[in-house]
Amino acid sequence: MEKPLTKNFKADGTPATLEEYLQSGGYEGLRKALAMAPLEVQQTVKDTGLRGRGGAGFSTGVKWSFVPMGDDAPRTKYLIVNGDEMEPGAFKDRLLMEGDPHQLVEGVIISAYAIQASTAYIFLRGEYRLAAERLSQAIGAAYERNYLGDDIFGSGYDLDLYLHTSAGRYICGEETALLNSLEGRRAIPRAKPPYPQVSGLFGKPTIVNNVETLCNVPHIVHYGVDWYKGLSKTADAGTKLYGVSGRVRRPGAWELPMGTTAREIIEEHAGGMQEGYSLRGFLPGGASTDFMLPEHLDIPLDFDAVTEVDSRLGTGTLILLDDKTCAVRFVLNLEQFFAQESCGWCTPCRDGLPWTVDLLQDLVEGRGRLEDIEQLERMTGFLGPGNTFCALAPGAMEPLQSALKYFREDFENYIAKKVRVAHG
Amino acid sequence: MAEIEIDGTIYQADAGDNLLKACLSLKLDLPYFCWHPAMGSVGACRQCAVLQFKDQDDRHGRIVMACMTPVADGLRVSLERPEARQFRAGIIELLMINHPHDCPVCEEGGECHLQDMTEMTGHTFRRYRGKKRTHYNQYLGPFINHEMNRCIACYRCVRFYQGYAGGRDLDVFAAHNHVYFGRHEDGVLENEFSGNLAEVCPTGVFTDKTFSAHYTRKWDLQNAPSICAHCSLGCNTSPGERYGTLRRIVNRYHGEINGYFLCDRGRFGYGFVNSPARIRKPSILGQQAVGRQAAQERFAAILKSGENVIGIGSPRASLEANFALRELVGQERFHPGFADREGALIKLMLDIVQQAPVHLPSLREIEQADAVLVLGEDVGSTAPRLALALRQAVRNEAFEIADQLKIPRWQDAGVRDAAQDAKSPLFIASLAATGLDDVAAGVYRAHPEELARLGFAVAHRLDAESPAVEELLSTADDLAATIAQALREAKRPLIVTGVSLYSESVIEAAANIAVALARLRGAAADVSFVAPECNSLGLGLIGGGDLEAAFQAVDEGAADTVVILENDLYRRAARDKVDRFLAGAKRVVVIDHIFHDTAKKAELVLPGSTFAETEGTLVSSEGRAQRFFSVFPPAGEVQDSWRWLLDAMQVRWRHLDYITEACASALPVLQPILRAAPSANFRIEGMKVPRQPHRYSGRTAIRANVRVSEPKQPVDEDSALSFSMEGVSSGCPPSLNPSVWAPGWNSNQSVFKLQDEPGGQLSGGDPGVRLIEPKVNAEFPWFTRVPGAERKLRQVAPLYHVFGSEALSMLSPPVAERAPEPYLALNPADARELGVGAGDAVELELAGVTVRLVVLLKAELAEGLLGIPAGLPGVPWFAPLSEPGSIRKAEA
Repeated sequence: MEKPLTKNFKADGTPATLEEYLQSGGYEGLRKALAMAPLEVQQTVKDTGLRGRGGAGFSTGVKWSFVPMGDDAPRTKYLIVNGDEMEPGAFKDRLLMEGDPHQLVEGVIISAYAIQASTAYIFLRGEYRLAAERLSQAIGAAYERNYLGDDIFGSGYDLDLYLHTSAGRYICGEETALLNSLEGRRAIPRAKPPYPQVSGLFGKPTIVNNVETLCNVPHIVHYGVDWYKGLSKTADAGTKLYGVSGRVRRPGAWELPMGTTAREIIEEHAGGMQEGYSLRGFLPGGASTDFMLPEHLDIPLDFDAVTEVDSRLGTGTLILLDDKTCAVRFVLNLEQFFAQESCGWCTPCRDGLPWTVDLLQDLVEGRGRLEDIEQLERMTGFLGPGNTFCALAPGAMEPLQSALKYFREDFENYIAKKVRVAHG
Repeated sequence: MAEIEIDGTIYQADAGDNLLKACLSLKLDLPYFCWHPAMGSVGACRQCAVLQFKDQDDRHGRIVMACMTPVADGLRVSLERPEARQFRAGIIELLMINHPHDCPVCEEGGECHLQDMTEMTGHTFRRYRGKKRTHYNQYLGPFINHEMNRCIACYRCVRFYQGYAGGRDLDVFAAHNHVYFGRHEDGVLENEFSGNLAEVCPTGVFTDKTFSAHYTRKWDLQNAPSICAHCSLGCNTSPGERYGTLRRIVNRYHGEINGYFLCDRGRFGYGFVNSPARIRKPSILGQQAVGRQAAQERFAAILKSGENVIGIGSPRASLEANFALRELVGQERFHPGFADREGALIKLMLDIVQQAPVHLPSLREIEQADAVLVLGEDVGSTAPRLALALRQAVRNEAFEIADQLKIPRWQDAGVRDAAQDAKSPLFIASLAATGLDDVAAGVYRAHPEELARLGFAVAHRLDAESPAVEELLSTADDLAATIAQALREAKRPLIVTGVSLYSESVIEAAANIAVALARLRGAAADVSFVAPECNSLGLGLIGGGDLEAAFQAVDEGAADTVVILENDLYRRAARDKVDRFLAGAKRVVVIDHIFHDTAKKAELVLPGSTFAETEGTLVSSEGRAQRFFSVFPPAGEVQDSWRWLLDAMQVRWRHLDYITEACASALPVLQPILRAAPSANFRIEGMKVPRQPHRYSGRTAIRANVRVSEPKQPVDEDSALSFSMEGVSSGCPPSLNPSVWAPGWNSNQSVFKLQDEPGGQLSGGDPGVRLIEPKVNAEFPWFTRVPGAERKLRQVAPLYHVFGSEALSMLSPPVAERAPEPYLALNPADARELGVGAGDAVELELAGVTVRLVVLLKAELAEGLLGIPAGLPGVPWFAPLSEPGSIRKAEA
């Protein structure tokens, strides 16, 4: 089995039913997990080296291990699914929730059991109405079969799972802002420490995991560590949902071994560039990652290899820049998004991003000055990691700083040649 | 302590503090916005960035926010490195993108923290070319202006209003660079601490609307250290004057009392000083415009001809003014001027605090309480700043939780996220709903005597030797058990009570609880007794006959002449009684600043000065004697009340210090008042302390339309302050400091330069001197008169209003605007029985006066109680808990 996460996907786009899910070995992982001690489940996941698929790539097992365990641990503990997929270019979680909702539900139950959480929430992007409908059905079915609720499978373990649809802010994908939002407060990030694992939702120990991350868990428990590690082409274990958007013949998403190269993804799975377009660069993991160049096409896309060329795997959903598209306008579009989605809490993000947008806007509308490019460059440092309250603004700076590095002539052409479109 | 290195210099700092506070404690200039010493750190503005080095070998360092960085041994940082400076200048540059360049017309200009910080970071050149975003400004009521375009989104306003003061109608809306701080729609800000927004806001978004009405720059205000006159807590204020009118009141930091915050009554109630109701000239038999000398002669003649002169003092006047009156008429013929029964209750309170193992806590100590019972007093209305302190006390449980999670207490958002709604227990036993109910663990609403019974039951639960309560309802008994348990388990339990219900039983019940706690703990118990007025306790300590005795003296012909000091007797006793008294006395002299009904009936009216034009000593309900000083010299014929009295005595004492000394030596309990502040002889480098800031401008021009030469400044012989900008203010004792300022720090934030550490005590000691210290091991007998369960059919009960119940502040139009209309509050069952409904007008006879009131239904008010707004203009004086006269529905 090469594609555990998507093996139940159907060509007609309907979701895998509970029966179909059970036939393919569904809820076997749960049965197995409930027979294990919670810490054993944690250890199994830790041993696979599973890394968070939301973009940060932190070890899931290690994250779980910070949760206080035992009889003295605070109650209630929470497991939260981060299904607020709002990263521009990312649509992988949506496919998982729409295609095989039970896989996520099972992942939630096993993971909640591992940290002994008694309440779980799926925090879902509000626009994902189809996913909401299918998850609701799956949750209802799981309750009917006593996969959820009290005394699951007679194990003595109780879990309630709720679906919460977000009102829609990008910042809700930041795990602590998500917690505030779930509590009914303004979606602004929290200061760390305390970390959510110790003091999260309603002040209690909380784990927030990405949809894709949790979808891996049933298979890990069911088929074991070695099997899981064997799925990958590199040291980063498992498969990965890679996606491509841009001017390729077949935009889409595919479950592939972790460490598949961009060349294989773009040329084989996405069918290569459309007629008349050639590749200038790509963001490997959504809007908040640095550009990579055609010369990086053969680098395996896993968490470690990508950092060696100063970018991040992020969500693994590639956005392509072609030779007919201006890098400045491309970045301007992204920065408008980030400026709009700043929560307004810290100064550099709140007031720095709109200025960045204005500078880019001035450039493309012919009002730019040479010193503006230096100012943009300064901004990438000023809004960098550590200087802002959370990772939103530093993420927003990643495409800008790499565009300034790789496509500087696009910026300069607007000033030097007074062109309307710098490239293409 | 920890050893830290800042820019190559080794300093000692408190381990566990945040680095910003540590830097400010070291008096280093580090800019900040979102941090506030009373509200902690949230790391939002990113202004206090410094460069932190990993170790001795780290040459690059990384930017960290000082406010979010804990101080630990070996911490090595730089404030001065270019990376840190450039980052801070960059933050200001971003904040200035949208901040209007309207300083010349902005009322914050000259005392603006944003101006100071912009100067400090060196940001001088605007690179941003785009347009500024604009906002709609809201109408927020009579106290506060709103100018949202100036907002730099530091979030302090909402953190104060919601998080600190418990307000609900100010919030942050929208997101990114459109964040908007205001109400959901235009309207009056409900919270009674809204005025602090003007001080908390680092720039000119929220400003003092009453100040706008007669605005002047901070540097053009003449200030003096003063004490709030509008309740008994003794909050320290700094009033400012220009051209003979009082322009505003701002907070004057006091580490033990008000800290950084005042209530709106104290801040905006000053309008009476400028009121048209002021007595500006002496008058004889209603004839205005008598000169000072003629008035003095008349006063002397009246005193000479009087067979027997009695004096009625005032709990809103200074110890000195009252003592001067007592000297004039003689101790036996002096009456403190308390309302009927109030004097006896204050005496009872004083007996308890002087003899029982009871400690009168400061507001700072109250904030440390971790279990509180408020018995009978609606503190939000009678002593608002105390309610704000109690609101902080309930947060102690949150701090405990944070301690367990190793979250520093200053990490405000972290503490709130972790603790959520966890609160230390606060129980409120009151007549009706109070403003603190939202944070209370339990509320109990009942008849005053029933509240006392609850209190006696709590005491009995704590100590079986204290008297038990018969026929207590099981709900009350259960609650008493819960309260007793909370108090018993607390590290620092607190009882709050007061005289506002005119119930001896309530005070006695509170005393029994205190004694029970003291016996349990082997230490004096914290009891906060709320007195009604700014010097009630001081007058209680001076003592004297009650008002009834004065009335009787005139009735019986034992007295024929009455000198009334700063007191409107119609607010103290029934109208017919006062009428008979004033008519019965052959000669009546009134010294006051407001022309009230009592003054109207006087033969001689002498214009006294308000708190802003005189000096003296007040004793707060903490038992703390504090000196207040005149802000500006009284104009025209007005002079200090005590000076009118000294003139009449023709004594050789000419200055305040002589009275203070005489008072201290006559009354041993008042001996410490001499130490409340330095005497008039105090000098720094041979010079006085100036009331006017060194940048005070245009003094020579003030009278230029009359005469171009500058007259000599008035000389102040009664204090060490001068009516001038000449003098020395640096290093002056806190009790003499008129206002705050430090080089580079023109806003109120400069106060940290005058404190041992931000939020700590003022360098040199917080002003005032405590007069009453607890008798730790005193044996104090139980009060045994537990009220029975039976009740009279109907009784009138006083309900208090922060805006409305206090007389002087009601002469300030913005405060009066916030007061309720006269009403009669009824339980719906009583209303049905009386055949009236909400909104109906009724005519009620109160102490012989028929008054028209509008019916208000209060479901929580005990049946049988007729709730009447106490002290409200238009509502006559009434005897609390007396039976009402006739009630009937008024004709439409």
